[in-house]
Amino acid sequence: MSAALRFILRDGQVPGAGPLPSLIHLTLSTLAVSGIGIGIALVVALPIGIGLGHLHRGSFIAINIGNLWRSLPSLAVLAIAVAFLGLGLVNVEAALIVLAVPPIVTNAYVAVDGVDRDLVDAARGMGMTQWEVLARVELPLSLPLIFAGIRTAAVFVVATTTISALAGYSGTLGDVINNETSYRTYGVLGGAICVALLALTVEVVLAGVQRALTPRGLLRGTSGRPL
Amino acid sequence: MAGSISEPDPSEPLVQGAEHARQLGPLSSPRPALDLELRNVSKRYDRARTAAIEDLSLTVGAGEVCVLVGPSGSGKTTAMRLINRLIPLSGGEILLGGRSVLDRAEVELRREIGYVIQQVGLFPHHTVAENIATVPRLLGWRREQIADRTRELLELIGMDPEEMGPRYPAALSGGQRQRVGVARALAADPPLLLMDEPFGAIDPITRARLQDEFLALQARVRKTVVFVTHDIDEAIKMGDRVAVLRQGGTLAQYATPSELLCAPADDFVAAFVGADRGLKRLGLSTLAEIELPDAGALNGDSPRVPDSMTLRDALSTLLLGGGAPLVVLDAANQVRGQFTLEVAGAILHSPDGAGAC
Amino acid sequence: MLIAAGGPVIPDFNTGAFACERANPLFCFDWFSRNWGGVLWPALREHVLLTVVAVAIGFAISSVLAILAYRRRWLERPIVAVTLVLYTIPSIALFELLVPIRGLGLSIRSAEVALVSYTLLILFRNILTGLRAVPEEVLDAARGMGMSSRQLLWRVELPLALPAIVAGLRIATVTVISLATIAPLIGVQSLGTPIFAAIGNNLFKTELIAAGGLAVALGLFADGAFVLAQRALTPWTRAR
Repeated sequence: MSAALRFILRDGQVPGAGPLPSLIHLTLSTLAVSGIGIGIALVVALPIGIGLGHLHRGSFIAINIGNLWRSLPSLAVLAIAVAFLGLGLVNVEAALIVLAVPPIVTNAYVAVDGVDRDLVDAARGMGMTQWEVLARVELPLSLPLIFAGIRTAAVFVVATTTISALAGYSGTLGDVINNETSYRTYGVLGGAICVALLALTVEVVLAGVQRALTPRGLLRGTSGRPL
Repeated sequence: MAGSISEPDPSEPLVQGAEHARQLGPLSSPRPALDLELRNVSKRYDRARTAAIEDLSLTVGAGEVCVLVGPSGSGKTTAMRLINRLIPLSGGEILLGGRSVLDRAEVELRREIGYVIQQVGLFPHHTVAENIATVPRLLGWRREQIADRTRELLELIGMDPEEMGPRYPAALSGGQRQRVGVARALAADPPLLLMDEPFGAIDPITRARLQDEFLALQARVRKTVVFVTHDIDEAIKMGDRVAVLRQGGTLAQYATPSELLCAPADDFVAAFVGADRGLKRLGLSTLAEIELPDAGALNGDSPRVPDSMTLRDALSTLLLGGGAPLVVLDAANQVRGQFTLEVAGAILHSPDGAGAC
Repeated sequence: MLIAAGGPVIPDFNTGAFACERANPLFCFDWFSRNWGGVLWPALREHVLLTVVAVAIGFAISSVLAILAYRRRWLERPIVAVTLVLYTIPSIALFELLVPIRGLGLSIRSAEVALVSYTLLILFRNILTGLRAVPEEVLDAARGMGMSSRQLLWRVELPLALPAIVAGLRIATVTVISLATIAPLIGVQSLGTPIFAAIGNNLFKTELIAAGGLAVALGLFADGAFVLAQRALTPWTRAR
């Protein structure tokens, strides 16, 4: 354990193994790859999910795509994508995006579709246009659930990015874990700790953003009661 | 059906199928109702300045319906829940059949008391039959006993056992659910029945029908009943005796509906009962109970009313007709007599008639 | 198909047809059928075993935690916090982090502990939500009729919480099936074993698709089975 911590503090160098990629560098590159993947996935998935939810259409697809997604082992998907498209950032990103879209779509759909119909009715009765209803009523109320989907997808993408090392893609923290010969046991452990911390940080940061964006009146403790 | 007490026929079985039930095991014969006594009962919540119930004493005779009525905050529901110990007692005693309710375990006590609440609380995951069978199952009855009893009770509440037994509560109407709730409470033949605004959440038409059905049922099974309501009209209709509670949980008056209407104990009761209590009194008797002058030469144009109509409704009909006499018919549609403004006046003045207090 | 010319023919039970591997087309049924008994079926069996054990243990633990949190509200926050941390740690890391712990190491125990950890958050949340969704008046009526706390729990609260519980089991099971493919990382057999082997074997497509496909099929099968189970166990939810 202490050896693992020292490994981290040495920025991922193992004495006697020659120069190894900097741990910080690997972390940042993992973040970058994940970030691009999530970013594009958001741009694609959010409008679809929110749109379908607002129109109350396509529930079968929106919900079952979430179920299907959960059944896909990310390692298999990555490996197959790499097998067919070859290694390379673009191909890996393609796989990540495909994997990140479903949870965002499903949650966005359920969230917007599930807004109390009476509220939407009242809003339209007051003279709001469809866009105003969406922006002022549906979205603020759906925020918690939409964000839950984004958080799930974000953590999932970080995890899958590191798994891509197992499929042969190098340049992420997964390299460290996959390469016991160079990094030794303690190195692998150190790499695992870094991956874990990275994922937890992403989760905490997004939770903070969610909290900041949630309208005051909706803040609830985990027990579901209003704060 | 105007809240009058009719004597049960001792030769008639109390419940349909009672003979059959008699042959079956623990429920060897329909159980006699028990009397209920509250002695100086009080309930105080720790941090509240005023008591929820203060020094409440009353006795409900076996087989009687006692209605607890009052504004919100008068502690009527609290008083009821003290009886089956859903709320712990702060002071005083509660005796069921002479035995303190504290005498046995809570759970045992409650299995001896029927409990009906406003939203019914039918178990959504049990069929109607399974719901009714709940307490018998808790008591360990045999399967055939339970099946027979369930069938008996469904028939009692006017439902076809074959059709309704296997249904789930979600498929029933509000009125049907309430009936099943009452059947469920009666399943283990408890000596006492507690009902907390059971018909409150029902529409007025169905409510009136359920009230009548319950009174008919009560005439047959003769349970001791504590019935809570905020509606004075319901209280007068359903109760053999009515307990009016004040805010703060004190007893303002405990009397029969007739006494309550004739002589309210104080201004609060008078106001609660309503300024139209004179008319309400007339609602307690029917045309069948009074002497009517001969209809004589009244022609066929006169409005005809059955003698089961209350005096209040008869007076109302008279007024609508501008005072023209009504022809009163008995149950066999034979003319019994006529009802006029003079007759109404005479009733109100006579010392022993329906109008007298 | 090309016939390997020259060189000794070395019997190798793991990879039957050289021709298929070398040409690496999309899918060789030949290879598939030849390696079913030796490679794919054992991997599938191990995978199912891993999953069933993980979900069973996870369910047992989560149920206890949920019932505790149901009775004492303050427990919910800390339990969610811990299970959330476990859930967020990527599988690749969690498997490795468990290895140095005494008693675990590179064994099926580490794999099971990791997989169980992933089920806890979802099962705990769902069971608790399910219990809380029981209507207040049903509880009042049940208590008023004389049910003890234990009878209340087993005859009313848990049955009514079933839809949420089964939904949680469904999600947890499918999640575990997916994650168990990573198990070979610490030397535990699962459907991931042929996947890893295929990756190492120059991205051997047939094996990849076969093993990956089996994992997906297993997940979909489990999902469907739980949907049917829920319909069978909760007939009252369909009555209207």
